[in-house]
Amino acid sequence: MKFASEFRDPKLARALLSAIAEKADAIGATREKPVHIMEICGGHTHSIFRYGLDKLIHEGIEFIHGPGCPVCVLPRARVDECIELAERPEVIFTTFGDAMRVPGSKKSLIQAKADGADIRMVYSPLDALELARRNPDREVVFFGLGFETTTPSTALAIQQAAREGLKNFTVFCNHITVPEPIKALLDDPYMMLDGFIGPGHVSMVIGIHPYDFIAQDYGKPIVVAGFEPTDLLQSVLMVLTQIEQGQPRVENQYGRVVPENGNPVSLAAIEDVYEKRPSFEWRGLGEIDASGLRIRPAYRAYDAEEKFGIGYAVGRREVPEVEGCACGQVMTGRIKPTQCPQFGKGCTPETALGALMVSSEGACAAYWQYGGARSAAE
Amino acid sequence: MCLGIPGQIVEITDEARMMALAEVSGVRRAVNVACIADGPLQGLIGEWALIHVGFAMAKIDEDEAAQTLAALHELGETQEALEQMAAGDAALEGRV
Ligand code: SF4
Repeated sequence: MKFASEFRDPKLARALLSAIAEKADAIGATREKPVHIMEICGGHTHSIFRYGLDKLIHEGIEFIHGPGCPVCVLPRARVDECIELAERPEVIFTTFGDAMRVPGSKKSLIQAKADGADIRMVYSPLDALELARRNPDREVVFFGLGFETTTPSTALAIQQAAREGLKNFTVFCNHITVPEPIKALLDDPYMMLDGFIGPGHVSMVIGIHPYDFIAQDYGKPIVVAGFEPTDLLQSVLMVLTQIEQGQPRVENQYGRVVPENGNPVSLAAIEDVYEKRPSFEWRGLGEIDASGLRIRPAYRAYDAEEKFGIGYAVGRREVPEVEGCACGQVMTGRIKPTQCPQFGKGCTPETALGALMVSSEGACAAYWQYGGARSAAE
Repeated sequence: MCLGIPGQIVEITDEARMMALAEVSGVRRAVNVACIADGPLQGLIGEWALIHVGFAMAKIDEDEAAQTLAALHELGETQEALEQMAAGDAALEGRV
């Protein structure tokens, strides 16, 4: 277990922890009747476990780990399609390393690479563009995935490719958005969430107002947070204060990086290049309306779905999840990773059934690595 | 993939494509600065920014950069980002 004394600013951490305890007592949060706070972003989940915040914090606060890890929510059908694209002899398939180990229905990208597919891990979509320039006789496909933090970078790369008139660069666009799955969770009658910690780097792009509906329509507090442990603790305190006051709103704890209205250049690029898909499939969560983006017809030449006749361009592919895998229930906070019947048995980092066990930001990986949360320990 | 890493802009390399060199934890990397460009690009030299998948996404001040780097280091994210950059370089050179 980590102790507050190990933080860079232990005094501040201690002060925040005791302020949280006071507020939690004031609103009557107990171990039996905890306040459920969902951290949407996998980066936050990782921070919570790395610093043991789940164990240090007042026992009336329970963190629920949300669906905010783009690798975790990648359905098997998408992974299969990536592999089909990558196995075409003319294709150089480029992807962020995070997606390499996600299991498809037959194999993962890393296995496809071992089998001979030309798959290259890139750091940036700009690396994929450069590969296209250097290999004019090959087709370079970039696997566009991620939430609003990553979405503008792919859009800017597509705009650059269009300016240069590159003919051998396309994007397999699987970008997704944060607000819609939150709405889906809030509409779920079985969800018991009392407040949210919003992903800071997503808001660096979209600002804080896309979350207004959470407070206005559903009456729940949300605080957009940074990634340091004291950022998270401060955000929990802000959520509790809103609950105490009975005044849910959207607050910005990460003002040093997040502008209220987002980044105008990023937003313009997103608007120019993408449009909403009617619906999009999430691993474990099923189809969620308007939760995915596709490339607009104006940039059709850069759309791998159109060029290679794959993905939603030719219809939705049904690939059932592995039997006994509880990824969806974990991602909606219904159960803890250790309550999945496969955890540590059929599913370990080496033999993962679900992406939550292989993504560095996955809840199952965090439980595995850091030994689980308070509730798991007992 | 979702966490940015602080880098300092040290040189503008291609005005037309809005490309610059950023120094990220001692390693120099080509980055796009379109999202933080609010005037002549030369004015960005010396500025700190949060770098995410090869794009400078937001300007940050030097203190914030130092604190964020320390936190990312603790989380093992600095190493991960540097490895991803190295993998990107290897992919470009066909070392795969
Ligand atoms: S233990 Fe494996 S199968 Fe179970 S929820 Fe986690 S990733 Fe999915």
